[in-house]
Amino acid sequence: MSLDLATTRRIAKLARIGLDDQEIETVRAQMGGILGWIEILNEVDVEGVPPMVGTSQTTALPQRQDAVTDGDRQNDVLANAPDREGPFFTVPKVVE
Amino acid sequence: MMLTDLTIAQAAEGLRKHDFTAVELTNAHVEAIGALNGRLNAYITVTADQATEAAAQADRNLAAGDAPTLTGIPLGIKDLFCTKGVRTTAASRILGDFTPPYESTVTANLLANGAVFVGKTNLDEFAMGSTNLTSAFGAVENPWRRNGDDTPLVPGGSSGGSAAAVAAHLAMGATGTDTGGSIRQPAAYCGIVGLKPTYGRCSRWGTIAFASSLDQAGPMTRTVEDAAIMLAAMAGHDAKDSTSANIAVPDYRAACGRSLKGLRVGVPAEYRAPGMSAELQAVWDRGVAMLREAGCEIVDVSLPHTKYGLATYYIIAPAEASSNLARYDGVRFGDRREGASLDELYERTRHDGFGEEVRRRILVGTYVLSAGYYDAYYLRAQKIRTLIQRDFTQAFEAADVLLTPTAPTAAFGHNEKPEDPVQMYLNDVFTVPASMAGQPALSVPVSLDSTGLPLGLQLIGRHFDEETLIAVGSALEKAADFTARPTFRAGAAA
Repeated sequence: MSLDLATTRRIAKLARIGLDDQEIETVRAQMGGILGWIEILNEVDVEGVPPMVGTSQTTALPQRQDAVTDGDRQNDVLANAPDREGPFFTVPKVVE
Repeated sequence: MMLTDLTIAQAAEGLRKHDFTAVELTNAHVEAIGALNGRLNAYITVTADQATEAAAQADRNLAAGDAPTLTGIPLGIKDLFCTKGVRTTAASRILGDFTPPYESTVTANLLANGAVFVGKTNLDEFAMGSTNLTSAFGAVENPWRRNGDDTPLVPGGSSGGSAAAVAAHLAMGATGTDTGGSIRQPAAYCGIVGLKPTYGRCSRWGTIAFASSLDQAGPMTRTVEDAAIMLAAMAGHDAKDSTSANIAVPDYRAACGRSLKGLRVGVPAEYRAPGMSAELQAVWDRGVAMLREAGCEIVDVSLPHTKYGLATYYIIAPAEASSNLARYDGVRFGDRREGASLDELYERTRHDGFGEEVRRRILVGTYVLSAGYYDAYYLRAQKIRTLIQRDFTQAFEAADVLLTPTAPTAAFGHNEKPEDPVQMYLNDVFTVPASMAGQPALSVPVSLDSTGLPLGLQLIGRHFDEETLIAVGSALEKAADFTARPTFRAGAAA
């Protein structure tokens, strides 16, 4: 299947990956190839087949108690921040 | 015999008999890494000082008689496991100098069992690849060479650094992770043992996520017995991973050498793919003969949806990856590229931080999950995944374990990699179906091909029945008597 440039740009935008024109074209061609190959799945009859969401689990996954089990680790949490101000992560100004 | 030639089982015994110390054992491996890592690039980070310190502690514990199985055993850790205070990269630029303030459950379990970590091993970026060529820290060289040919070969992937380190005796064992074959295929390419446990057997907590419904940690070693020893230490229920199974961990080592009388070994017809080399077919046939000789009954089984496994995988895995990798935004950790707006910051950070293969998978995943395509791709793939799992359930009514090749070919050259991503993905054709169904699977080296490179066979088992894999794997190992060693290894390096 072939993928058009506009769709490719939209997907790159959704994924927040900046691509220049040449990269968009390369990605368009390669994704088209992959999606074309995947079309083999259309020949499978999936009528009435439930989707699989887990693997070896036959019972529902457990839920833990909704209680605080950890905390007071502000410095651990911020230790790897590329930029911080006091106890905060920083980002470019979002609201003018 | 050099200390680096010992198996984990032999070294554990030698340490207890005081034939050598843990410090001597660790230093032998650290020296071997110093001599060979420049060439093989199996390790991204070597933690020599921490390792020597941990080994000294191991010696004190051994002397005090307080020494669990892996005490003093030098291991390599795939650089996808978060290790407290030691840089963890996932072989990506985007994580920068990320240094986890916590320890993954699997590595914490190994440390509690006394293991010594000598370093963090190389991998395909975010474990996405079958060659280890996508690492931002450079390719890994397979320690094997073809006869009379110096072409550098890939170690397989994604756990390529772990496989190369173990094959070259730069670690006694290593952790790997397997999403679609990332433990088994590199194990086969490097002539070692690789075990992907049942999904849920090892906790995923603290392991950097690729595709969460498939990712599973496992051991890579030089013998099946060593894999059994390592798995026993790695596995177990963990409340911090809701998909981790609350099922007792058996004594895997006791399964080695267990009688195979009357065990039914299934040979799936669909794995006799057209185009399979006569050589690989012959190795597979030999494996069947060895197991028959060991007392097994050989039965034909059918896995009718095999041919849809790869395409299903290449929808499910990228879909989950696109979601998991959304967290790399340049704000809370990792490398950041500045931008005038928040979106520009994200887009630049993610463009520069991710390599080409990772970007491609995020984009495919974004596409198959996007409005208008979700049902046609993702939902359909999930349904076919159900059919693939039913295939295995049915096959395991007639058989107790399945035997197949691990990979379609032996290792290939760095410059022989197919340019077309789809061709590249075909490497995983025999390993992906078991991943999709969550089955445990083991790769055992069986013989050398005509060019002198190792070929492996794969055993696939029932959910949570790693013991049968270990029992059959140890029989296969014994019958195959695979004693060949690679060109580049500790003490034998040119």
